[in-house]
Amino acid sequence: MQIMDKPNITAYKTYISVWMALCILLAITIAVVKFNLLAHFSVAGSLFIASIKAGLVLYYFMHLRHEDRLVKGTLIVAVATLTLLIILTFSDIWYR
Amino acid sequence: MKRTDRMAESGPASNIKGIDYTGKKISMWIFLYTELLFFGCMFLLYAIFRSQYAAEFHISAKEEDIVLGTINTFVLLTSSCFIAISIAAIRQGKKRVSMWLQFATILCAVIFLTIKYFEWNAKIVKGIYPNSDILLGMGNGEILFFGLYYVMTGIHGLHVLIGIIVIALMVYYTHKDVITAVEFAKLENTGLYWHFVDIVWIYLFPLFYLVT
Repeated sequence: MQIMDKPNITAYKTYISVWMALCILLAITIAVVKFNLLAHFSVAGSLFIASIKAGLVLYYFMHLRHEDRLVKGTLIVAVATLTLLIILTFSDIWYR
Repeated sequence: MKRTDRMAESGPASNIKGIDYTGKKISMWIFLYTELLFFGCMFLLYAIFRSQYAAEFHISAKEEDIVLGTINTFVLLTSSCFIAISIAAIRQGKKRVSMWLQFATILCAVIFLTIKYFEWNAKIVKGIYPNSDILLGMGNGEILFFGLYYVMTGIHGLHVLIGIIVIALMVYYTHKDVITAVEFAKLENTGLYWHFVDIVWIYLFPLFYLVT
């Protein structure tokens, strides 16, 4: 653990670029649904885009890229726990 | 090397001059993991019922106003950017810039809740609210969709409201120099919370507004 290290300050420009990327992804989500670009996969498509947006927020806005292994590791455990819950619940519903 | 030796070397005493930046944030992260499971289970419930009542969910989602939903998404994304820059600003010692950006974040949150009020109101006027005669007269799928809609956007809205209070406190702390270029953990943790609220909305938006 790098206790003494002061994490880097992110430039304003980076945040504004990420914000612009998020807005473009929002526009893409709307376009996909409005013009029915993905037909039957539109929900899956918009959830996939939502995940990219969530990833950008986590990585840049929440400074995950500057975090050490402790934060990254515990985040993986939390997400894995939720994923396991979802898999177990759906395996119960589908194969009951 | 024995464990006690290692602790003596890297223990608190050797770090008096340094600030434990990870230590100051880890409890907020752990809180957010509990929030992840809290909201995650509601999303799971949504997924289960959607898989059982796909057609009803599609019809019900037509009640949602995509334009208002899109504006709200844009407002929250922008607010996230504001609070992120406010942290960078305070770390460069720009107190006033940071305070204005925190204030802008609060303004975005208020706009979000105001739009949410009009959305809820439009449905309540039509008689679509939990336990209303009109809603109970609809099918199970519709009842579940609107039930989940009110619970999930309601709890998310409550988080936004709490966010407003906490960020307002941060504006006060910044003004009083409790939050400074060196000691900014409170603002950083508030930012983490706010970004999480944003992420929840990023998923709520397609699930309730775009499944038509």
